[in-house]
Amino acid sequence: MEQNFVYELLGQEWYGIAIVSILPLLFVLGYALIAILLELKVASWVQDRLGPMRTGWWGVLQPIAEVLKLLQKEDITPDAVNKPLFNLAPFIMFVAAYAAYAVLPFSSVFVPAGIDLGLFFIFAVGALAIIGIVMGGWASNNKYSILGAMRAASQMVSYEIPAAIVLLAIASLAGSLNMQEIIAQQGGGIHNWFIFGGEGSILGKALITPVMIVMFILYFVAALAETNRTPFDIPEGESEIVAGYHTEYSGMKFAMFFFAEYSNMFIVSALTAILFFGGWQSPFGDFLNQTWMHPVWMVSKAMFFVFVQIWLRWTLPRFRVDQLMDIGWKTMVPIAFIGFFAIALWAMVR
Amino acid sequence: MAERKTIEYDFGRVDTERMRLNVGPQHPSTHGVLRLEVELEGELVTDVIPHIGYLHRCMEKASEAMTYPQVIPFIDRMDYISSMNNEWPYVMGMEKMLDIEVSERIELIRIIMAELNRIGNHQIAIATFGLDAGAFTPFLFLFRDREMILDVFEAASGGRLLYNYMWIGGLQRDVPPTFKEDCLRIVKTVRETNDEVERLLLGNRIFIDRTANVGILPADVAINFAASGPVLRGSGVPFDLRRSEPYSLYDRFDFDIPVGRGEVGTVGDSFDRNIVRFREMEESCKIIEQAVAMLPDASEDVRALVPKRIKPPKGEIYCKAENPKGELGFYIISDGTANPTRVKARGTSFVNLALLPEISKGYLIADLILILGSIDIVLGEVDR
Repeated sequence: MEQNFVYELLGQEWYGIAIVSILPLLFVLGYALIAILLELKVASWVQDRLGPMRTGWWGVLQPIAEVLKLLQKEDITPDAVNKPLFNLAPFIMFVAAYAAYAVLPFSSVFVPAGIDLGLFFIFAVGALAIIGIVMGGWASNNKYSILGAMRAASQMVSYEIPAAIVLLAIASLAGSLNMQEIIAQQGGGIHNWFIFGGEGSILGKALITPVMIVMFILYFVAALAETNRTPFDIPEGESEIVAGYHTEYSGMKFAMFFFAEYSNMFIVSALTAILFFGGWQSPFGDFLNQTWMHPVWMVSKAMFFVFVQIWLRWTLPRFRVDQLMDIGWKTMVPIAFIGFFAIALWAMVR
Repeated sequence: MAERKTIEYDFGRVDTERMRLNVGPQHPSTHGVLRLEVELEGELVTDVIPHIGYLHRCMEKASEAMTYPQVIPFIDRMDYISSMNNEWPYVMGMEKMLDIEVSERIELIRIIMAELNRIGNHQIAIATFGLDAGAFTPFLFLFRDREMILDVFEAASGGRLLYNYMWIGGLQRDVPPTFKEDCLRIVKTVRETNDEVERLLLGNRIFIDRTANVGILPADVAINFAASGPVLRGSGVPFDLRRSEPYSLYDRFDFDIPVGRGEVGTVGDSFDRNIVRFREMEESCKIIEQAVAMLPDASEDVRALVPKRIKPPKGEIYCKAENPKGELGFYIISDGTANPTRVKARGTSFVNLALLPEISKGYLIADLILILGSIDIVLGEVDR
């Protein structure tokens, strides 16, 4: 049922499949460089300084320099670590982050694997990252690492619940777990985005929009916690537990963790855009809604939320681990349930 | 002892092994080379043992081989964040010993320098405290402003961190001609940035949740441990040497002594210690404004009274002043020669650090770091 322009051009042979699997990787590599630069520059704008200025015009080559630096660094495997697990952990992290791109629709005519359980799949592979973190933290044989890994595990598991409820609410609204289907329902202009309740009467929209905004905030906060970004960067809270689960990692293995974090940032941002802001749909109905514009809308919406994550990181202090749990279980889960019921009701009556 | 609030966790029947964790000496938030041996139950701190001495430079002993003016650079290096304030009690003590009365202008310059350095010290204290809580941005805002203060110090003394500016009987050299304008400009900028920091950090809900009711230091415990400075005032004790035993010209100035009031939590918690520092910056601004208004324009020879050879009479003296971190005192014993027999510093950070095990048990490891940050130690002064 899914359209995929690569398959239409080349047929679903091995080379077609290879190209389809490599395209997102190329995208992630390019995106990571831009995200690193964005992080450096947003941080410096927030902090009233210039940031990197020497590498290329206005420092635009800085991310390349950083990646080269990480490549050149010595890859240290400490003696006391459990070597197989220690070496495997960064790759599990990266695989978990990259697998999610398989179902991410960049356009109405491109999604690497248009499975019907897209939302469920993203969630399932996202949870794999926990294994990578616990594995890395435990195998490092370092007390800071194990503290960070335990924090990460409890945090990510707890925050998956409110996020899953929000996803469930959207699925009940769209009547599908297929992301192309969810996006297709938000067509026809900005007023049909799910943040405004999708299609329906004006009065109904006015009633449901506050609920959707609350659900959006819940999802975004849970997403921040799942990607371990400030104010929920407790697993790697550098002032307390040095670098958390990746304390012992260096060189390329550290870069893998880093890469996975940035890749995860894009996934949760893209998911936010898909669930609430129409994915690849143009905000102006049919205007600028050609097929070739879809990736532009998709990526710019997602990048906006990446920017918000960076912005928050340089603005907010960090929560404490028990406060984080309190917020997750005592505040977000009940609100998410109430919102879920409200949206389910709206999906029935609209 | 007053009742202390601890966070209680019910682990049920699960028996966990206690873990001993070395925090430091190489750790991002031990503010230098402090090593904390922490016993953890899960994330709960059950015991803290500070190990010091990693920055011990034999300063007190080395001073005995120096002449009296040569001790001043050593003192600069003790609490290297507030060197101006450090020099002052030593210089004041020596002047009392030698019976030198410095002019009012020199006293005013010393007051302005000390208050500027107090602002600089509190900027670092609040900035690093925010950093411990995970807020990076206020750190850079405050450091940006501290540059202006350092520029003034550099213009006056030639040093940006270690000044050797206050001399026995005077000053190293007179202040530059633009001194007054610079000071007023700093006061203006400090106030603007403080407004910003108040909104960004001190009024931040997350920050308040992190610091309120954490590391509560009751007033009686603070007094028993001889705590001083913002640590003591954070517990609600309005003790400030500038007010309670005025030295220099401090009795002429109009300023308040901020104390912890427990606005967001309990009196004496980490938030109170921090907010006291924050409010003291405003009081220092007031003092600087008044001192600049009193400062005579006419330049004078600030080295006029500096003795050529310093040989104090046989005897001993203890002279103290209000350092940004608390009471800093020097106990100087002279045997009538050109070298001191003993220079003993009462290091504020050393005394205040002793409180850490007392107030950090029963909190989480993240709180321990914040409590350490709220005590505001400088390892150079702890180890000397």
